[in-house]
Parts: sequence; structure tokens; C-alpha cells
Amino acid sequence: MIEALDLSNFVERSEPGRAHITLAVEGVGCAGCIRKIEDGLQKLPGVIDARLNFTQRRLAVEWRDSETNAERIVVALERIGYRAHPFAPERIAAEDQHETKWLLKCLAVAGFAAMNVMLLSVSVWAGNSSDMTQETRDLFHWLSALIALPAAAYAVQPFLRNAWRAIRARQLNMDVPITVGVLLALGLSIYETATHAVHAYFDSAIMLLFFLLCGRYLDQAMRQKTRQFASNLASFKAEFAHRFGPRGELTRVPASVLQPGDRILVQPGEAIPADGIIFDGRSEVDQSLVTGETVPQSVDQGAIVYAGGVNCAGALTIEVCAAGKSTLLEEIERLLAKATEAKSRTVRLADRAARLYAPVVHITAALTGIAWLLAGASFHDAIVTAVAVLIITCPCAIALAIPAVQVVATGRLFRSGIILNSGDAIEKLAEIDTIVFDKTGTLTLPEGSADASSVDPDLLERAARLALSSHHPLAAALARCAREPVPYAGVIEQAGRGVHAIIDGQEAQLGSAPFCGITEQIQRTSAPSGDAASSLIFFRHADRIVAIPIRQQLRPEATTVAQALAAYKLELMILSGDRPEAVEPIARRLNISNWQAGLTPAEKIAIIEGLKAKGRRVLMVGDGLNDAPALAAATVSLSPISAARLTQARADAVFLGESLTPVLDAIKLSRHARLLMRQNLALAVVYNAFAVPIAVMGMITPLIAAVAMSGSSILVTLNALRVRFRGTDSLLREFSNSSALPEPSAVRPSIGAAEKNSANYQTAPQTRLECVQ
Amino acid sequence: MNVLIYLVPMALLLGFTGLVGFMWTLKNNQYDDLDGAPLRILPDDDIAGD
Repeated sequence: MIEALDLSNFVERSEPGRAHITLAVEGVGCAGCIRKIEDGLQKLPGVIDARLNFTQRRLAVEWRDSETNAERIVVALERIGYRAHPFAPERIAAEDQHETKWLLKCLAVAGFAAMNVMLLSVSVWAGNSSDMTQETRDLFHWLSALIALPAAAYAVQPFLRNAWRAIRARQLNMDVPITVGVLLALGLSIYETATHAVHAYFDSAIMLLFFLLCGRYLDQAMRQKTRQFASNLASFKAEFAHRFGPRGELTRVPASVLQPGDRILVQPGEAIPADGIIFDGRSEVDQSLVTGETVPQSVDQGAIVYAGGVNCAGALTIEVCAAGKSTLLEEIERLLAKATEAKSRTVRLADRAARLYAPVVHITAALTGIAWLLAGASFHDAIVTAVAVLIITCPCAIALAIPAVQVVATGRLFRSGIILNSGDAIEKLAEIDTIVFDKTGTLTLPEGSADASSVDPDLLERAARLALSSHHPLAAALARCAREPVPYAGVIEQAGRGVHAIIDGQEAQLGSAPFCGITEQIQRTSAPSGDAASSLIFFRHADRIVAIPIRQQLRPEATTVAQALAAYKLELMILSGDRPEAVEPIARRLNISNWQAGLTPAEKIAIIEGLKAKGRRVLMVGDGLNDAPALAAATVSLSPISAARLTQARADAVFLGESLTPVLDAIKLSRHARLLMRQNLALAVVYNAFAVPIAVMGMITPLIAAVAMSGSSILVTLNALRVRFRGTDSLLREFSNSSALPEPSAVRPSIGAAEKNSANYQTAPQTRLECVQ
Repeated sequence: MNVLIYLVPMALLLGFTGLVGFMWTLKNNQYDDLDGAPLRILPDDDIAGD
């Protein structure tokens, strides 16, 4: 069946006759790839420009509408050897980019001004101790003002905006003391210059802005990078749907453009791309991603199916209905709204510090001024000293102390395959004491695997090779056992029932028991005994019959990770929507005594709320749609990249790959990061303990201020960099006898394109040179 | 100290040129693909024709 591809929803038209599309490209790893893609596309008739952004792995193509179209471009790319996914540029992403650029501009202006003002300031400091005349000093101060004032007016905007927002909300954040400090320092300096004083603080004010903007820019750039990576992954994962057109013809469209009322066809073995009602057809649907239940449910006309379910048996025609229309989704949406509201009340460490710090700074400065007045100093001297206190305590180091660690830790987590969705995830991960796991798809792999231990290897090989020709998900699990993945010729598939072929001159069948002609009596004798957690697939070759159980398999390293987590004095729990007999063996193997099965989303929330009420800080790890409210209710949440889309959006962080080790890494790294944050805050306090008395005594000069501020900022930044050099696998090794963790690139081919590609992405820097052709 | 009359404007002008240059590169999106730029110099096919 040749089906037309329809990408028209993703094409932008800026001027008539010209069209533009942005595509996320898989598998780009080297200089050769850039050339191959760009040259290959530019050779196509009608293509005006093709430019690959290697950093973002995104391709921008522009073409003349009359000569070619987006579909031909995607096909051409596939012929060159790259899979491309349409990418709808989001409004948030555009704002993000704008913000990053603006911060960089502010940083450049502040940097230019800081360098030039410092040039003048150093001359003044040198001149003050030799023979500089007052006129020359005044000239230099006025020149400094000329540079610093316009630059500060421009570069202070990011802080001013945040500070104003906080004040209007009757709160205090770091930006309030920063803005007050900078404005006062500048105002005082103008006054001092006008009255021919010896000291002016233009350099302090502008240098402060420069250091803070460095921190702010790095933070923003790192966030933007992880967000871009996450949205690339989302577009790789985005499914295509077969949509019926008005005349009943099928077109392939990205699932994101489906509208309520559209009719779509879902073939056996395919994932259901959207929520809907079955219009026609009968089948079995594996809803494990939705409900956690592992046994496929039979569905019929009129039944409701959810996005993420896998169609196991017959072809289905589904009428798409609006999200939230179905009862389960409505319930989940309602629970989500409630849970999210409760969550936004947590206060970040930086803001807590600011709330404590800002009043102390302002009161100290005020008291200094009053004390000097009482001691008989002139009004001018008292004010100058008070402002000097404000400048020297201005939270340069404190405002850098936490963001610097966060930036470095986010980068480090990113390299371990963990993508943070929320900014305060690191702090919250560091303080958890209880971990709640979902079972299906979280502790276990999303797909089942064949248990070949009791089967004759020769027979298994034949069954596996026959399974290669089937679309059924259970057969796909069996097919992975094939040592030689060569399908047999002349295989006939009966959708939803099984496949049969002639092997070595004799009839062979693979499928359900009735399909293979197996009666219940034989079934009872040939099936492996007492295992409710697995599904059986039957194989018959001539007169030999075998039943192969397909089991949920634990994620690699799950047991070692569970041991390591327990050794961290963390309490582990399993809350599953699946049946008790499926949960129990998993809990036993992981040595987790605290487990509950058959839970609804509301019951999961109730348990987590109960734990939180007891003062526990809970990390929820889950992937199903039914976990989404629980993820939002927990203190902090993680989900695997294979999770349902709604669930992933709710999680504070998403981890890549098959292994469960990122959960351990995330906790270890964030604990280390929190330690460094506290160290940095302590460093800032120590700095103030030395600097404030000097300032209060009125002995601060611009030179001391400059040295103290840059010194403390550099110290804090260097300390933050230590997160980078922290090894993550050392602790896991203590618990496992195997010497090395699996390479990120050694992901099994069955995982699906998304993870496979993310692994490529991560290892790209090492493999880049080998790949140059 | 008369030398300052032209040295200071010159220093400022030089610094300002740098700033304007940076703003220009930023406006031209030259920092959008920092990983790609060093790779784009590797292929030699642009000089193969001469």
C-alpha cells in the first residue's frame, strides 16, 4: 500500500511561492553528514536553501512552492540515509531564544563597560598614591560615568524587571538587593564625582552586573539546550497516523495534527496515536502504558482506547475524540490540576537565602549610617559608608553561588542521560527520603521478552525466525531471540491469530493455542506451570509443540540500583496498577517488601499524600498515563523516555536509555550539587564576615571592593565546577560485581528509534572523527 | 598629560568597535551552531575544482 504523506501543517510560508520547514534529523554525527545532507538537498529541483544546525540537529529547508514539496524533501533525505521528523517551532522556544540573545547582549555591553571603566579606575588608584591632580581624577571619573551609566541602564534591565515583579507580588528575591545596590552605587558615584571626591564606585557597579549576567546567561543557555534536546526527542517519538480522507483514501499524517472527528486506521502491532472510540473492528489492545495492566484487553466497536496503547490483533478504525472527553482522562486531568496546585508552594533554596539575606543587608546598611551619625560623623560621610556596606554585601557571590552549581550539575546530569524539566529539580532530588516506583514500564522494560530457558534451542530458533514475519507485539519479543534473523519464505499471517509457513517441508504454526490446533488438554500439559505474570505464545512444527512464555523483564541493573538506593537509607516502595500476582515476583526480586497492586490513579495520590503528610519527601518514578497525577503530587518525579507524553510533561526530569541507573545517578549528583550549593553559600557568608566589618568601619575603598567581589565570585564558580569531575558509577560498582556499565550506545535495537538516537547523540563527540568520510 | 586627549578617545573607540563587532555577529546568528562551525571547515570539496 503506497500511502501519501501529508506534512502541510508544518510548512510555513513567509512570502508567496516560497515555503519553509524545520526538521529534526536523526543520526547526524559528523562533518560528512552536514555536507551530505546540505549538498544532497540543494541538488533537488526547487530547493533554495538547506542549512543544518549541527548543535541542535535541526535542518531548515526553503524551497519554491511550485517545484517541490515538503514530502519530497523528507523522502529525499531518507534516500540519503537520514530520517527526518517535522518539527513545529513552539512559541515558548522562540521566546526562549529571544531571551538568551538578549542576556548575551546585556552581557556584552556590561563586559565592554567593565573593561573600559576598569582601565580608568586602575589609573585613578595608581594616581591616588602618586601625583595625580584632582582635575585629571575628575576627568577620569566623568569618563567612567559616561561609559558606565548608559551601559548599566541597558544591562540592569533583566534584574530590574525581576525585582519589580517580585516587589509587586510583595516578595523579596535576589534581584531586589542587586538592583538597589547597583542603583545606589551609581547614584552615589555621580554625587561623589560632582563634589570632586577621591572615590567613585562606577567600576564596582558595572563589574557586579557583568558577573551576575555571566551566571544568568549560562543558566539560560543550559536550560535552552536541554529543552531543545527534549523537544527533538519528542519529535522523533511522534507517531504517524493513517487518516482517512473525505473519499476514504488513506494519508499518513503526524499524530499531532489529528482533529476530533478524524477517522484513523490502526494496523496490528501499531501504537494507537490518539484517544478515540472504536468505529469499526475488533481486537486486543495492550494498555500497559495507560493503566499499568499487562494483559491485553479485548475491545469491540464503541470501546474507548487511549493514545499509547498497542493494537495486538485485528485492524481497527478509530474515531478520534477530544482529549479529556473520556472518563479516565477526565479523572486524570482533574487529579493533575489539584496535585499541581499543591506543588507550586515549595520555595527554592536561592529564594530562601534571598529572603533571609536581603533584610539583613538593608538593616546593616541602615544601622551603619545611623551609628556613624550618632558618633558625630557628617551626614555625607554616614551615607557614603552606608552605601559602601550595601555595595560590598551586594549578593554577587550569593547570586552566583546557586545558579553556578545548577548549571554545572544540569550539564553533568545531561551527560548521564537525564534531562531536567524543572529548574528546582536538583534541590528537590537531593532531599528525598522515599522512592515510589511504578512497575510496568518503569521497573520493567516497556516490551516483554521471551523466556527461552525451558525451550529446545533448535526449536526456539525456528519459532523466532517465523516470528520475524509477524506484526504481533508478542511475536516481536520472540523474534529478538533469533540468532540468525532471517525470515522464512512464503509465510502467511492471519492478523491477530498467528503466522504459518512450510519449514523443512513440514507445516509450522506460531500463534495462539487454537490457531496451532492445540486443545486445552495439551495446553495444560505443555505450558510451564503456575506463572500468571506471563503471556504464552505457541509454536507447532510437525508434531512438536512448545509454549514459550513472554515475560515482563526487569530493566538492566534494576536489582543493583535497588540495592544501592537502599544502602543510601532510602525507603523503596512499589505502587502499581497491575494485578498483585504480576507485581509480587518483581518486588521479591528487587527485595522491596513495601508494595501495593491494583491501584487507581486516585489511590496512588492518596498514598503519596499520606507519606508527605508524615513528613516524607517522595520521589515518584513512573511512566504510565495513570502515573501522571502521582508524579505531579510527589515532591519530585522522574520518568523514562518511553513514558506516555502527558506523563513525561509532568515529570521533573526524564531519563534516557534502558537501564535504571540514571535514577541512582540523579540522586547522587543532586546530593553532591546540594552540598556544593551549601558550601558556596557558606563561602559567601565567610566573605561577608570579613568584608562587612571593614565596610562598617568606613575603610572600604573601590580597590578593596573590586578585589573582594571578583575574588569571591571566582572562588564560588570554581567550587561549582567540582560537580563536573564527580564520577557517577563508582558507587554502583561497589554493589555490582560486573566491572563496567553498559555503553550508552549499546542499546538494544528493539528500543525504538528515539532512544537509539539519543544514545547516538550522547556518544557523538567521541565517534565524530571516525565517521568523517 | 596632554597625550590623554587623543589616547582616551582612541581606547574607547577601539573598545566600542569590538562591542559593535560582537553585536553584529550576534545579529547574524553566528552563535547558533557552535558545534557545527568547527566541522564545516573540514570538507575540502570547495577547492577541488581549481
